[in-house]
Amino acid sequence: MADLQKLYDAILDGDAKTSAAVIHEALAEGADPVSLISGYMVPAMDEVGRRYEAEEYFVPELLLAARAMKAALEPLRPLLAASGAQPAGRVVIGTVKGDLHDIGKNLVASMLEGGGFEVMDLGADVSPEKFIDAVRASGANIVCLSALLTVTMPSMKKTIEALDAAGVRQQVKVFVGGAPVTEQYAREIGADGYSETASGAVALARRIGN
Amino acid sequence: MNPLLDWLHGGPLIIDGAWGTQMQQRGLEPGVCPDYWNLDHPELVEAVARLYVEAGSEIILTNTFRANPVSLEGASAEKVREVNIAGVGISRRAAGARVKVVASMGPTGKMMMTGEIDEAGIGRAFAMQAAALAEARPDALLLETFSDLDEASIALRASLATGLPVAVSFAFDSGKNKDRTMMGVTPEQAARRMAAEGASAIGANCGAGPESFASVGVRFRDACDLPIWLKPNAGLPVVEDGGVSYSMSAEAFAAHLAGLLDAGACFVGGCCGTSPDFIRALVAERKRCVSG
Repeated sequence: MADLQKLYDAILDGDAKTSAAVIHEALAEGADPVSLISGYMVPAMDEVGRRYEAEEYFVPELLLAARAMKAALEPLRPLLAASGAQPAGRVVIGTVKGDLHDIGKNLVASMLEGGGFEVMDLGADVSPEKFIDAVRASGANIVCLSALLTVTMPSMKKTIEALDAAGVRQQVKVFVGGAPVTEQYAREIGADGYSETASGAVALARRIGN
Repeated sequence: MNPLLDWLHGGPLIIDGAWGTQMQQRGLEPGVCPDYWNLDHPELVEAVARLYVEAGSEIILTNTFRANPVSLEGASAEKVREVNIAGVGISRRAAGARVKVVASMGPTGKMMMTGEIDEAGIGRAFAMQAAALAEARPDALLLETFSDLDEASIALRASLATGLPVAVSFAFDSGKNKDRTMMGVTPEQAARRMAAEGASAIGANCGAGPESFASVGVRFRDACDLPIWLKPNAGLPVVEDGGVSYSMSAEAFAAHLAGLLDAGACFVGGCCGTSPDFIRALVAERKRCVSG
């Protein structure tokens, strides 16, 4: 029997080799992909997020865990697709126009991928038009906007207004984040959600993404 | 012999404060990389440098924090070289004969862990920037606001190849006591590795306010013999009206100087939220510390 506690531990320890190996073993024994995800993998990522927020884990642990999660998800994807299961959501993410900082955005993208979301990363300094095109092309239901500079925060507002003007605002939830961004600012500019941390963004996307 | 120790015969030295806010007041637009101003508006950059020289800084940095070829994405090698050479020249003109010029180099902003860049890419980027800076003959190089020990190590190696003394400063902005970098690096880990690999000073900048810098300084001192460089922020940022500001006054900031010097700091300045007034206050406070 595959030791599924090892799956949980491997994700927590950021051990992609082991997480993938346990998945293959479990699948060979006929395990149900959905219960592997909900019973072990998602709880492991939740614990990773908790430790990061408690500042027991730092960026490397977070990235390694997300990588181990991704390695475990990889062999499950075709099975999930065949059974008609949808990804947790489709996300378009980018750092807004004028802002070149992408570390925070990359963390959020990794954590969302680890959380089972399909993520289209547009990079940094992304114009509102590019966000609109990506939403149309991908059928995304979530748009994540990042900014590190106070001076580029207004680009978030402009992007939301542009999504609205292009007629795609209603089909997506817009989340914003980045060092200077606050819950209050998110409300002011008409975003649907704000998270202070990368792991919080996953919880947010699960809660109100759909 | 550590060349930076020669600078300290008269006691601890005062560095400069934040440049970005001063440049914004002179019209730097959002999204424009400040380093290009070295070519486009050298007179405005020099005006900022002069503010710090006039405030009493004995060491000023250069407007070259982002002037590596990775951060200046799309710039030609020649452009990268020009931005760096101009940056040192501007600070040197403002510094005159009395003030030292230490050329600033920040991280690439890309992470090796995520595969965005590899070791060779980081090495090339810093080798190119360090060589360009060295052409313009600064008094030393400074690697600042680093959070990844491996990136700092590669950058240090590339910088040492110029033959200039190199200081390395980390941003301790994470962990419950604000004593870890974003990547989880402790002051001890940073100090030991940089000392072993040939740095001339170990430092902390940005990250948090002066309160938490004293304990970081003590931990540097216990972990290595390098002179200590500290440039704290003006306290923690306060978010109001959708913007960020720093509420600590210049006098409240300078009141921490005695604690920082007790912790072993030899070079003290300010990072985000500080201004020439903070440097004036530090200079005045040092007089009190030294005479008292």
